[in-house]
Amino acid sequence: MNKQSPLRRFWKTPLRRWAWLFLGPVTAAFAIGFVWPFLQGIWLSFCKFKLIKDAKFVGFSNYAKALTDPSFMHSFWYTALFALVSLVLINVLAFAVALALTQGIRGSNLFRTVFFMPNLIGGIVLGYIWSMIFDGILSRYGTSILMETKYGFWGLIILMCWQQIGYMMIIYIAGLQAVPGDMLEAAKIDGANKWQTLFRVTIPNVMPSITICTFLGLTNGFKLFDQNLALTAGQPFLIQADGSSIKTTEMLALNIYNTFYTSNSASQGTAQAKAVLFFILVAGLGLAQLAFTRKREVQQ
Amino acid sequence: MNNKSTLSAERRNKTILSVVLTVICVIYVLPVLTVVLNSFKLNTYVKTDTFALPKGEMWAGFDNFIKGMTFGNYPFWKSVVYSVVITLLSTALILLFTSMAAWYIARVNSIACKAIYFLCVFSMVVPFQMVMFTLSKTADALRLNTPWTIPIVYLGFGAGLAIFMFVGFVKSIPLEIEEAAAIDGCGPLRTYFSVVFPMLKPTMISVGILEIMWVWNDYLLPVLVLDINEYRTIPIHIQYLKGSYGTVDLGATMALILLSIIPVIVFYLSCQKHIIKGVASGAVKG
Repeated sequence: MNKQSPLRRFWKTPLRRWAWLFLGPVTAAFAIGFVWPFLQGIWLSFCKFKLIKDAKFVGFSNYAKALTDPSFMHSFWYTALFALVSLVLINVLAFAVALALTQGIRGSNLFRTVFFMPNLIGGIVLGYIWSMIFDGILSRYGTSILMETKYGFWGLIILMCWQQIGYMMIIYIAGLQAVPGDMLEAAKIDGANKWQTLFRVTIPNVMPSITICTFLGLTNGFKLFDQNLALTAGQPFLIQADGSSIKTTEMLALNIYNTFYTSNSASQGTAQAKAVLFFILVAGLGLAQLAFTRKREVQQ
Repeated sequence: MNNKSTLSAERRNKTILSVVLTVICVIYVLPVLTVVLNSFKLNTYVKTDTFALPKGEMWAGFDNFIKGMTFGNYPFWKSVVYSVVITLLSTALILLFTSMAAWYIARVNSIACKAIYFLCVFSMVVPFQMVMFTLSKTADALRLNTPWTIPIVYLGFGAGLAIFMFVGFVKSIPLEIEEAAAIDGCGPLRTYFSVVFPMLKPTMISVGILEIMWVWNDYLLPVLVLDINEYRTIPIHIQYLKGSYGTVDLGATMALILLSIIPVIVFYLSCQKHIIKGVASGAVKG
């Protein structure tokens, strides 16, 4: 149909007169809540400042400081490892559970309800629940989750699995239910076994769900903050030769937060530079990952 | 014969699967159960006998709840009130204004509209740490640092996903309905509020649920924007239990955690279908 029919043009004109009402509130709030802080953030990453009003341009020196900060580099590798491990574990387990729940077992709805439930509990609360549980177990061996980096790492992985599997499962179930039944039937008639059906028919057909879930898993892993803060807050600390310390279970978001708010006052510029690098990393990874899995989606 | 044996094998597989799922299910519930157990336990036993039933000398009755509600310099009920106020106001504001903007964007589709839409989608990939410092300063300067005004910050930072979902839905509504309203003499305002708004209901529910889940559990934004000596939300309250005391009273903390997740679980069980649908449709971003 012709989009520019006279009626449509006629009808659009009075609507345009109300633009201030329809677009105004969101645009104003969006400018305050996103656009302005974002632009100011980029500008400040090139400045030295304590208060925003006396910011002084210093070029790329904040970036140089950020990239040579051992605690930042440590948190980068720690976060990357965490994101990778949690991405694989959560997605494989969530897919397996979703597959199990679409087999028509009795009680599937109850299982689904229970598996999704942890998603509604906030990150801070989750962190305290699990720190109590891990300490309850580890105290029998005379240790604590705050004593060793590997406990903190795997503790956070278990916590995130508990929270996220249900979420990803919902997306996978929606994907699995959309796989055409006659395609599965045809595979069966052609003599494909279960594994062949899974890898040749089912998985290619749920590729859109896999795209979404791996995207969410990757960005969630990199952006993790609340759970990290509540579970270990970066402990245990490793004291360096020069007296500074590396928080061994501190992830990127928490490192940026600590650079802003808890270290000495001259570090805000560095913190903002770290934040810009973090943004580029998260956005870049997310987009690259989308491009990578999108190519593997089948057109129906 | 052959057919029969594969059928029984299939039934056996299903039974095994059911058993496995039941075991996982129990494991899933255990953490919440541990919270319940420990909220009735004396503090000294929480660390040593985390998984024991709170009986005999460990039993603390409702002492933990009473202590949790009153201890510290900040009463728990106040954080509950502020959490409710902020969540409801923000969600209402987001639903009303983003749906209006989304309808305008989808129907007018001018260059300005396209620019706003693009910025909204872009904002979804920006992590909060990127803007947190400047956003909290801007909010302070504009006095958006109270529970009554912080919803404006939420509207701004949360507009992306909401607009994205609403625009997607509006594009699927046939224009003819609105044209019929226009021919019948409805102006844009009436067309929106009495024709379009009711049709948006399913997406309203999905977006509403995603926003409620986000705002209710959010920690970093309110802790940076609000004056926390005066206003705390539940997550801030729980985080600061640890900060304000040398040693944490784990029993009381668990009691408060239990109090804070009961409404969430009730909310979940009462609108489970909508929540799961909302999550599934909200995930189709990216």
